[in-house]
Amino acid sequence: MTNKVGGIIGWVDSRLPVIEFWEAHLSKYYAPKNFNFWYFFGSLALLILVLQIVTGIFLTMHYKPDAELAFASVEYIMRDVNWGWLVRYMHSTGASAFFVVIYLHMLRGLMYGSFKEPRELIWLFGMMIYLCLMAEAFMGYLLPWGQMSYWGAQVIVNLFGTIPVIGDDLALWIRGDFVVSDATLNRFFALHVIAVPIVLLGLVVAHIAALHTVGSNNPDGVEIKKNKGADGIPLDGIPFHPYYTVKDIVGIVVFLFIFALVVFFAPEMGGYFLEHANFEPANPLATPEHIAPVWYFTPFYTVLRAIPNPFWGVMAMGAAVVVLFFLPWIDKNVVKSIRYRSTLYKVNLFVFLVSFVWLGYYGVQAVTPMASQMALRLSELYFLFFAVLAIYSTQRSVGYYIMWFIVFVGLITIYDVYRNNPEIAELTWKTWIIPVAYLFVTLIGAAFTNLDQDKPVPVRVTS
Amino acid sequence: MSEHVVDTGRRKMLTVSASVVGAVGAAVALVPFVSTMSPSARALASGAPVEVDISKLEPGQKIQVEWRRKPVWIVRRSDEMVSLLSSTEERVRDPNSDELSQQPEFARNQARSLKPEVVVLVGICTHLGCSPTFRPELAPADLGPDWVGGFYCPCHGSSFDMAGRVYKNVPANKNLEVPPYKYISDNLIVVGELEEGAA
Repeated sequence: MTNKVGGIIGWVDSRLPVIEFWEAHLSKYYAPKNFNFWYFFGSLALLILVLQIVTGIFLTMHYKPDAELAFASVEYIMRDVNWGWLVRYMHSTGASAFFVVIYLHMLRGLMYGSFKEPRELIWLFGMMIYLCLMAEAFMGYLLPWGQMSYWGAQVIVNLFGTIPVIGDDLALWIRGDFVVSDATLNRFFALHVIAVPIVLLGLVVAHIAALHTVGSNNPDGVEIKKNKGADGIPLDGIPFHPYYTVKDIVGIVVFLFIFALVVFFAPEMGGYFLEHANFEPANPLATPEHIAPVWYFTPFYTVLRAIPNPFWGVMAMGAAVVVLFFLPWIDKNVVKSIRYRSTLYKVNLFVFLVSFVWLGYYGVQAVTPMASQMALRLSELYFLFFAVLAIYSTQRSVGYYIMWFIVFVGLITIYDVYRNNPEIAELTWKTWIIPVAYLFVTLIGAAFTNLDQDKPVPVRVTS
Repeated sequence: MSEHVVDTGRRKMLTVSASVVGAVGAAVALVPFVSTMSPSARALASGAPVEVDISKLEPGQKIQVEWRRKPVWIVRRSDEMVSLLSSTEERVRDPNSDELSQQPEFARNQARSLKPEVVVLVGICTHLGCSPTFRPELAPADLGPDWVGGFYCPCHGSSFDMAGRVYKNVPANKNLEVPPYKYISDNLIVVGELEEGAA
C-alpha cells in the first residue's frame, strides 16, 4: 500500500516510515466517537508545552542568570526588548494556564476513570509529568530574582532540610551555598531550561505512546476495542484525524482567545499569576510581610502548614502528591465513568474537589487559628477521600465498614487530643465534626444504604 | 574443524561481571557531577567575621547586619524586656537552650547572650528559613493580649520571645540561632568569632 506512494514522500517513506507513523497516530488512530468538552485539555496541554518552549527560548536570548543582573535583565526584557513584554507575559501566563489545563485534565481522569486498567501506565507517566511541571514552575519562579522568587525558593529548599540526619546537607547541596544565592540561581536556570524540559518531553512521548497502545477512554468508560466491525475497526471509533484534530482546533481557538485576554489585560491576575512582592529585587535580609506560593501550589502548601511539626508537615505535603500515583490501585471499582458510578462516589469526588480548592484558598491567606484548624480538617478530608475510596470501591461486609469507621474516627480523635491545647480547644472540637461527618456518610452510608450502588454500564458508547 | 560447544555458564559469568564492573564505573563517574553542585571553594571562603558598633543602639532598638549573607540581628533589650523573659519561661519549648546546635556554650542562659541586655541572633526562622519580623510591642491587636514582645514569622506563624526562644505549638521547633560573637570593647561586637578559649 504505502510503497505505491511516489515522489519525495515515497522516497522518504522507504527510508523512514513516516506514513506508517501518520496512520498509527492520526489518520488511523481510532478514538471513541463520544468525546466531550473534557477531552480538550490533553491537546491544550501539548499546545501550552510548545508555547512555553518557544517563548522560553526567546526569553533566554535576553535573560541573564546572575544574581547581580537577573532582576534588571527581566526589567530590560519588559521595557527595552522589542515585544519583550509580550513574550514574557505569554511565558508567565502560560505557566498558570498550564496548571489550569493540567488540573482539568486530571479531573477528567478522575471523573471518567481514565487511570484504571489498562491505563495505569498512562496515569503514572501523567503524574510524573505533573511532578516535572511543578519542579519546572518552581525553578522558573526563582529566575526573575524578585523578593517572592527568593523567599519562595528559600522556603521550598528548606523543606528538604527538615529530613532527619541528611536534611541540612541535602539542602546545602541543592542551594550550592549556605543561603539561596547566585549559585542557586545559576543551577536553577540550567535545570529550568535544559534538564527538566528534556525529561518532560520524554515523558510526554511515553504518555502518548502508552495512550495510543491501549486506546483512549471516553465519557462512558466503555472499551471501544471490545466491539470491532468486520474490518477490525472499533464500531464506536472514528479516526483522530480529521475528526478530533478539527474538534481540538475549536478548543485551541477558544483557549487562545481567553489566553490573549489574560496576556493583554490581566497578566498579573491581581497578584495570583505574578505576585506583587516580586516587583522588588531579592533581598536576603528582609522577608516580605506575607509569603504565599503561586496559586497552583497553594493546596499542598496549606497541607504543609496544617501540621506543626516541620518534618511531618513536609511528609504530609509530599504524601498529598504521592497518593495520586496510587489511584489506579486505590480505586478497585471496575466501573470507570462517573455516569454509572454510585451517588456516594459522586458526592465523594465533589467533596474532594471542594477540599482541594478550599485548601488552595487558605494557602494564599494569612495564618489565623481558625484558618489553621480548617487547613487541618480539609487536609484530613483530602486524604480520607483516598482512604474511604479504597474501602467502598469494592464489595465489603457491614462489619468491615464499621471497623474502619471506628479506626479513622479514633485516629483523628487521638491526634486531636495529642495536639490539643487550651487556646484552641473550642475550635478543635467544633471542627472535629467535619471529618467525622464525612466518614459517617461515606462508610456508614455505604454499609447501610444503597448510596454505594453503581448503575449498569452499557456495552456501547451512548452518544 | 572442531565442534564448538558454547559454554553458557562461562558466558553468563562474563556478561554479569562485565555489567557489574560497568555499572560501578558509571556510578563512580557520577561523583564529580554530583560534587560540582556542593558549595564551591569561593562560597566556602566567603564567611569573614563582621565588626559592629552598637554605641548608638538605644534600648528596645534592633539593628541588622549581614554575616555569611544571612541577616544577623542585634537588639539592645530594655530592662522591662529582660525582666519579661521570666514570664515566657513556661510558654517556650526550650527555655534552657538544651538544643546545643542553636547557640555557643556562653549563650546557654535565660537571656541567651553574653550581656543580658544585648542579644545577637541569626534572623532566620528555624522552620523554613524566612526572616521573622521584630515585634517589640506589648499585646498588639494582631498577635493577641499575651504577646510580650519578640519575633514573629509572617510565613508560617512561628513566634519567638525576646531571647529568640521558640514558643510551643508553632511550626518552628528550635530556638533562633545565636551566632558565635565576642566583644572587643564595650560597644564593639565581632560576629563570627568566639572569645579566645571560649567554646
